[in-house]
Amino acid sequence: MSDTQLQTISKEHAEYLRKVKIRKTMIHITQVLLVVVLFILWEIAGRLKIIDSFITSQPSRIARTLANLYREGQLFRHIFITCAETVTGFILGTLAGTIIAIILWWSDFLARVLEPHLVILNSLPKIALGPIFIVWIGAGPLSIIVMAIAVSVIVTILEVWNGFISVDPDKIKLVKTFGAKKWQILTKVVLPSAFPTIISALKINVGLSWVGVIVGEFLVSKAGLGYLIVYGGQVFQLDLVMTSVIILAVAAALMYQGVVYLEKLIMRSSFHK
Amino acid sequence: MKYQSLNGEITALENINLHVKKGEFISIVGPSGCGKSTLLSLIAGLILPTSGKILLNGKMVTGTSNEVGYMLQRDHLFDWRNILGNALLGLEIRNSLNEESKQYVVELLKTYGLYEFKDKYPNQLSGGMRQRVALIRTLATKPDILLLDEAFSALDYQTRLAVSEDIYSIIKKEKKTAILVTHDIAESISMADRVVVLSRRPGTIKNIYEIKLSCENRTPLSCRDAPEFRYYFNKIWKELDVHV
Repeated sequence: MSDTQLQTISKEHAEYLRKVKIRKTMIHITQVLLVVVLFILWEIAGRLKIIDSFITSQPSRIARTLANLYREGQLFRHIFITCAETVTGFILGTLAGTIIAIILWWSDFLARVLEPHLVILNSLPKIALGPIFIVWIGAGPLSIIVMAIAVSVIVTILEVWNGFISVDPDKIKLVKTFGAKKWQILTKVVLPSAFPTIISALKINVGLSWVGVIVGEFLVSKAGLGYLIVYGGQVFQLDLVMTSVIILAVAAALMYQGVVYLEKLIMRSSFHK
Repeated sequence: MKYQSLNGEITALENINLHVKKGEFISIVGPSGCGKSTLLSLIAGLILPTSGKILLNGKMVTGTSNEVGYMLQRDHLFDWRNILGNALLGLEIRNSLNEESKQYVVELLKTYGLYEFKDKYPNQLSGGMRQRVALIRTLATKPDILLLDEAFSALDYQTRLAVSEDIYSIIKKEKKTAILVTHDIAESISMADRVVVLSRRPGTIKNIYEIKLSCENRTPLSCRDAPEFRYYFNKIWKELDVHV
């Protein structure tokens, strides 16, 4: 805050702003502390043999595992493979979902026909389809990506289509009075007004794509974070499992933040608030 | 005009015979659900009559045309477009956006005091200004006839009076023919040369009042002071035959 601003605002308001700021900082500090304290307690409990660190692992061992993986040159390979699969699945799932939603919006008949099927597919745990994909596509990264798409695409279709059909009918009437064709209604009104819905579908999809990829890797992979977790579990190396889970949490959080950032970027460029 | 639905058939309008002269301002009042909006949709070519004909400058209406401009209840400016972008919407859809038509819109914006806001977004404008942008968006395609579908009813009362004054003067200045649908009797008298009263559904024309007011420089606000204003108001009120 600049000095000129401070002079123009009243003392009470400055006090209020200060309090709000302090509160915000406190919340941030506590959020970080919560994790730090948890890790410290975990470490102490492991050292004092209160918990068996062979099955619970502990932060120092996780750090060592991380260093080992890095030294062997494995760390970034595994992270990269999983992230690449997730990003691919995420982008394809979102694109396919949006395109299908557009088709459903275009043809009300088709939408009515497919609606019950989509609802059933939506409630079906897509993970059950895993073995089918493996048999059809083969045990490789492609199956994993298809798994990620399968998990996210149906939700995307339903979300985006709902966004499309809840567009204010008067807005559509308005462009119709100008003689708009169907594709003009789509590009001038429906897509831009459903844009926030599409973005929120993206946010859901990030999480779903991770689920799809990790499950896929559980089933077939020879590399990736999901593979490390399964492998670690099988050979009873909980250090490896915990390490992978933590990397996964960080990667997923970063990707989510990426989408949030993208949303802000697009919103700012198209709304100038 | 008949609407079909699973619950049967609804006759919205019946035996409507109405001539509107060039440059005239017509108001249509009637009880809710009497088919006022249907009538506008028919004239705009958004729907086609089950039977009967609508002639525009001697040509039959078979679909939307650029001779008709339609204004809806709310301004429906698009949040994602700036003011200029909103005003150009109709031209874009009609594929008639070129330097000349764009210049025309810019002139309209200048004339009506909106040019300096052309890069602003709708949420930065007041309700009255938004409605004015909506009118310019409609005028941009140079229609001969303006259809106002309760175009002011979403505004609060004070704004509404000011906006109807504003829009009226613009319509008169641009020498457009206008048909206003409203359920506000005072509004219908204050703006129109003739008031058409529709009956309950199926809507038919009950009566047409020639509005002759003894006031100079007629504007919607000033004519509310005219001595005849109350006379017309009471007449139309009785004609509408509203029961609670």
